[in-house]
Amino acid sequence: MVYRQEIMLTGAGGQGLILASIILADAAVQDDKNVVQTQSYGPEARGGESMAGVILDIDPIYYPRITSPTVLLSMNQQSFNKYIKRAGENCLVIVDSTFVEDVGNQPAYSYPITARTRLELEKEIVANIVALSIVNTMADLVSRQALQESVLKYTPEGSSDLNLQALELGRQLTHSYD
Amino acid sequence: MKYRKPQLLQGNEACVEGALDAGVRFFAGYPITPSTEIAEGMARKLPRVGGVFIQMEDEIAGMAAVIGAAVGGKKSLTATSGPGFSLKQENIGYAAIAEIPCVIVNVQRFGPSTGIPTAPAQGEVMQARWGTHGDRPIIALSPSSVYETYYLTTAAVNFSQKFRTPVILLLDEVVGHMREKVSLPASGRLMVEKQNYSDIKEYKPFDERKLPPLVPFGEGVYYHITGLVHDEHGFPTRHPEVVVRFMERLHRKINHHRKEIIMTDYTGHVEPKVCIITYGCTVRSARAALQKAYLQKRWPVSLLNLQTLWPFPAEEVKRLADRCDYLLVPEMNMGQIVGEVEKYAHGKAEVLGINRYDGDMITPGQIFQHIEGCFS
Repeated sequence: MVYRQEIMLTGAGGQGLILASIILADAAVQDDKNVVQTQSYGPEARGGESMAGVILDIDPIYYPRITSPTVLLSMNQQSFNKYIKRAGENCLVIVDSTFVEDVGNQPAYSYPITARTRLELEKEIVANIVALSIVNTMADLVSRQALQESVLKYTPEGSSDLNLQALELGRQLTHSYD
Repeated sequence: MKYRKPQLLQGNEACVEGALDAGVRFFAGYPITPSTEIAEGMARKLPRVGGVFIQMEDEIAGMAAVIGAAVGGKKSLTATSGPGFSLKQENIGYAAIAEIPCVIVNVQRFGPSTGIPTAPAQGEVMQARWGTHGDRPIIALSPSSVYETYYLTTAAVNFSQKFRTPVILLLDEVVGHMREKVSLPASGRLMVEKQNYSDIKEYKPFDERKLPPLVPFGEGVYYHITGLVHDEHGFPTRHPEVVVRFMERLHRKINHHRKEIIMTDYTGHVEPKVCIITYGCTVRSARAALQKAYLQKRWPVSLLNLQTLWPFPAEEVKRLADRCDYLLVPEMNMGQIVGEVEKYAHGKAEVLGINRYDGDMITPGQIFQHIEGCFS
C-alpha cells in the first residue's frame, strides 16, 4: 500500500501557517514517520502569500515539493483560488470561512476558524493551532499525543493553556459536521 | 556509531550543529536570507560552549573577523548568501594565500544581485571556484539533505584545518530551509581534525615539504602573515624560484589529496547506459526520477551525487563517460557544472544539460523525460 500524505497549508503571511507545518512535521517525527517540511513565501514579514508543505511517508522522501496534495487548508480567498487548481479528486479541502467566502463547486469542509477562535478564545493568534487541530482530526495524520507535545514545544512558555484550548476547539469544530 | 534520538531539523540548523560538533567556536557575519538561521543558531548556541558570535557591520568585515579569529587559534565559520558571498571574495583570497583555515557557507539564492531573495538557485558553483582573483585551488562541498549538511559541515571544518585553506560550503535555499527527520551522531563520536603544535622549535608556517598546522598568534612562535607572495617563513618575496615553489605548493596541497577530499555518492545500475550527475537539492529530484527509471522500469540508469564540487571529481566522471552513452546534468542555472562534465567526458558520452531558472526546483518529471528520451 502506498502511504503518502502531502499536506498544503496556505494563506497570508503572518497567519502562522509555517509554524503550524513545523509543529505537524515535528509530531510526525515523534510518531516515527518520515517527513519533509518546506515553505514558500515572499520577502514580506506580513501579508503576501504563504504556503507551507508537509510530506509524510513510510518510505524515504526525495523530492521535497508537494506534487498532488492529499490535504489542502486555505486560510484566505487568494490562496484558495491559487492552490485549489492543484487539488485532485480525492484531496481533502478545508477552508476558513471567515476569509474564504467562495469555494465554487469544490466540495470543501468549511469552518469559521478565525471567527470562532476570536469569539471563544479571545485571541486570534492561535487560529493556526485551531486549523492544525482540524486538519489532523479530519485527516488522521499524527497521534493526538504527539501533536499536543509538539504544540507545547514550539509555542512560547506561558501560552500553553491557550494553545491546548485551541487544539480542543479544533476538535470540537470538526464535530459540527457529525 | 551511536546516534541521537531522531529529531526534526532544518538544513541551516544542521549546519550549526555540524559546525559546533566539529569544534567551531567563532562566528562573525551579517545575516541575509536564506542563510539567517545559521547566524541565529550560532548566536544562540556559541556562548553556551564558550564560543564567540559577532554580528559585524557588513559581510566584508564578517569575513575579516573570521580570518582574524582563525589566526588566533579558533575554528571559525561565516555564513551568507549571494550578494554577501560576492562581498567576501577579496578576503577569501587573502585566506587562500595566507593559508588560514576557515569555512564560508553560501546558501545560494536566485541572483544576480538582490535577485529573488527567497527563491532557490544553484548559480554560484563557478563563483565558488573562481570568485576570488588569482590562480589558487579551493575546496567546495554541496549537500543534498539535512543529514548531509551536518556531515559536510564537519568535513568542511576538518578540511579547512588539515589543508589550511578556506573551504566553501554551497547550500541552496531548498536544503537550507527544508526540515527533515534526522538522527545525528552522538556528540563527540565524529572524527574531528586536531592540530598538533608540539614541533614548534623548527616551525616554518609555510613549510614547502609539509602541511604544518597554523600555530596561533601568541603561542610563542614568531612568524609573518601577508597577502603578498611569501617564503617559508611568511616574508614577502618576488624571487622567481621561490614564487614557483610557493604556487606549486598551494596547488599541490589540494591536488595531492584529491582522493581524500573528493566525496561522491553513487546509486543505481552498475553498468549504466544513462547516468545523472548532479549536486545539492537537485539530487533529490534525480533520486525520485531514478527510482522510477531504475527500480520501476528496470532501465540501466544511475546517479552520481557530487558532494564535493571542487576539486572537481574528474576521475569519477571519466570512468562514467567510458561506460555510459549519456550523461545528464540537471542544475538550477543555465549550465555551470555541465561544462566540467563535458570537459572530462571528452566526447566519449553525450552530455546533456537539464536546466531550470525560474526560481524553483527541477522536477523529477523533467529529469525522467530526458531519461526516457535516451531510451527511445
